[in-house]
Amino acid sequence: MVAVLQAQNIVKRFPGVLAVDHVNLDLEKGEILALLGENGAGKSTLTQIFGGAIKPDSGQLLLEGKPVSFSTSADALNAGIAMVYQELSLVGSLSVAENIFANRQPVGAANFVNWGSLYQQTQAFLDRFELDLDPRRLVKYLSMGQQQILEILKAISTNPRVLILDEPTSSLTESETKFLFENIRKLQKEGMSFIYITHKLFEVFQIATRAAVMRDGKYVGSRLLNEVSENDLVSLMVGRNISNLYGDRHFKQEAQPFFSVKGLSRKGYFENIDFALQRGEILGMAGLVGACRTEIGRAIFGIDPLDSGKISLNGEEVNLKNPRRAILKKVAYLTEDRKNLGLFLSMGIRENIISPALEIFTDKYGFLERSKLTQYAAQKMVEYTIEAPNPAKKVIHLSGGNQQKCLVAMWMSIDPQVIIFDEPTRGVDVGARSEIYHKLREFADAGAGIILISSDLPELIGMCDRILVIHHGRISGDVLRNDFDEKLILSYAAGIDPQTAQARRP
Amino acid sequence: MTSTPENKTAHFLKDRIIEIIAQREFSLFLVLALAGIFMSAMSPVFFTWANAEAMLLALSVDAIIAVGMVVLLISGGLDLSIGSTLGLTGVVTGLLLNSGVPAWLAILLGLFTAMLVGLANGLLVSKLKINPFITTLGMQMMIRGLLLVVAKGKAVLNLPESFTVIGQGRLFGIQYPIYIMLVLVIIGEVLVRNTRFFRQSYYTGGNEKSARLSGINVDMVKIFNYCLVATLAGVAGLLITARFGSSSVTVGGGLELRVITATIIGGASLSGGERSVLGAFLGAAFMAVLANSLNLIGVDVYWQNLVTGLILIVAVVIDVLNEKRKTQKK
Repeated sequence: MVAVLQAQNIVKRFPGVLAVDHVNLDLEKGEILALLGENGAGKSTLTQIFGGAIKPDSGQLLLEGKPVSFSTSADALNAGIAMVYQELSLVGSLSVAENIFANRQPVGAANFVNWGSLYQQTQAFLDRFELDLDPRRLVKYLSMGQQQILEILKAISTNPRVLILDEPTSSLTESETKFLFENIRKLQKEGMSFIYITHKLFEVFQIATRAAVMRDGKYVGSRLLNEVSENDLVSLMVGRNISNLYGDRHFKQEAQPFFSVKGLSRKGYFENIDFALQRGEILGMAGLVGACRTEIGRAIFGIDPLDSGKISLNGEEVNLKNPRRAILKKVAYLTEDRKNLGLFLSMGIRENIISPALEIFTDKYGFLERSKLTQYAAQKMVEYTIEAPNPAKKVIHLSGGNQQKCLVAMWMSIDPQVIIFDEPTRGVDVGARSEIYHKLREFADAGAGIILISSDLPELIGMCDRILVIHHGRISGDVLRNDFDEKLILSYAAGIDPQTAQARRP
Repeated sequence: MTSTPENKTAHFLKDRIIEIIAQREFSLFLVLALAGIFMSAMSPVFFTWANAEAMLLALSVDAIIAVGMVVLLISGGLDLSIGSTLGLTGVVTGLLLNSGVPAWLAILLGLFTAMLVGLANGLLVSKLKINPFITTLGMQMMIRGLLLVVAKGKAVLNLPESFTVIGQGRLFGIQYPIYIMLVLVIIGEVLVRNTRFFRQSYYTGGNEKSARLSGINVDMVKIFNYCLVATLAGVAGLLITARFGSSSVTVGGGLELRVITATIIGGASLSGGERSVLGAFLGAAFMAVLANSLNLIGVDVYWQNLVTGLILIVAVVIDVLNEKRKTQKK
């Protein structure tokens, strides 16, 4: 079988790094190839070379055996290589139809758009994927998941031979993910080839046929997925065995919680949330996308208002009506959206790390003490293994893993007792993940209580001492470590009581 | 779901009607109609032809430029230099006329001058990636300075009748500028709504990166739009000059903000990618009616700015609340 896309000795050098180091890679026709590697391994540079966004320094691309070279993404698209990035490229104020057929609207005389035919073609296209969307609906009124699906459909509509997907499921619900996978398989049967980039290894086993692994810009090798385990892939990616990814638990359930919430409710989001947290405990919050776990975390931290409920800390009731109060009470919230809500992207590592605790670095006249804070930041960079040349490096230029470590270091500067951590490892590679997990263990062992909100079930099972399952804004399950079981947690998350196996009405 | 073809059509019609009513253009139209009824009760002068004509003539300048401005805003641009461009066109054309250049050539050269200003704006913004606000603010001052230098600070008077006819002539008793405005608005509305060429502006303003990916020559779209708005400012400048028979060096000051206000009231979000020429025209019409009404009721001219500013903010607040409601509904 001839490969649809072949990379031969591709090299790309950026100032200071060899991002892609003599990579040879074949993509077979009708194959779903997972491209794996830690952040900075060169996956995204390589795929951007395929997609025409970056020009390689040397090497050759072959498309169906013929040498090709692209100077723009539009060239690659014309040749049949479409790429879907994580960021959305849709225009919110235009309809579904005009987004799918961007600048390819059917036209009549004098380039007038033929609206009837545009909507008809769009409807036919949507029907083909059994997607129930009105072609006239403006994209800004679609949900994030719908927009993500539309983004992928838009790429598919150009009828590419190769479709490159970069973390396509990051904001999809379970059912949307299922929908996407079904359609990918359908297109695969029709002969389309896929390169699939993700950090979610369990997804790789669900959708891909083969996994290719990159490390430090080099192509390490590829494995057929029915012949390897998740651990084998991780070892290939990091180049060493990570046997103890989640670290060792030291926590023992005691009687005395130090932090508790009772009857927390916010209309339209969640209702009657009760739980208690002990020192040293890592409490997980599982649930499907849209279960309002993030909203609970935000409300406890005082970002969103509560309609009712009490929060107690160290035996006294506290009113955390805004984040400022929460910080003073040493409650930290680490957001799932580090780029928009978590970090000051255009500022340096130093400015980010000290931002929640500026008063520590302020002298009695109100001036910041430069030398003190630079020293502090440099020390934290070592402590949290943040890889950057100096503390002034802008956060926007760091990898996902290093940004996440910055976020952790930043919130540890307030010396928190309660840490609410929302999606601690989203978009974070395996090496940095393991480091973040070990840090979390350290904080717990030092006496903090941690609430871990995550959509990554193996992560929750690996890290937590207890898991609360949220379904439609209510606690539907409370599982202790000895009873941890993926199936059990998933059925609670779906609103099914495992005892009776009956679906609960929301 | 069981649905007969009839009730499906009924549904379809109902949906479309709701859609039309939900449009900003429709509510503006309604407000205008209400204002008309209210004003005819308040003032016997409002519905006289003389008053309507004065209002339409004042509107023609703003509306003609708004056609270009809305397209520019849709593509993510902004032009603060149109007032100066308008003045420059009048002065250049006036000076050419007084030195004996025939009217048609003077007009063409005047418009060409205006287009050059737009070209300079477009090149700076698209090729050198200079912020449109800064580029056109600088251009506003430069052009105003240039026209003072060219005209030596004085108005250009005594323009020939072969030229002034375009601003003063009548067809069926209605002055030419009103026809020119209507023609430009209608052509603009039809082209911007329906041609692939102008739809490119929506993609460019909505998401530049993906517009490029869709094969749109983003730089070309921007340059074209800056030239378009500048040329239309030139047209407006010619009409004003012709109407008054002279070109003043101060004409057009503050015009840019008035036109931008009109397009925002008409629904062109400043962040690009939204709305229509019709909306911009109705926004301008709304402001013209407002100014006229306040005059007729006898409100002090000093109050008019306050009211206009208030309405601008109220329009945007309504828009924001509307969007919030729609987003939550899904």
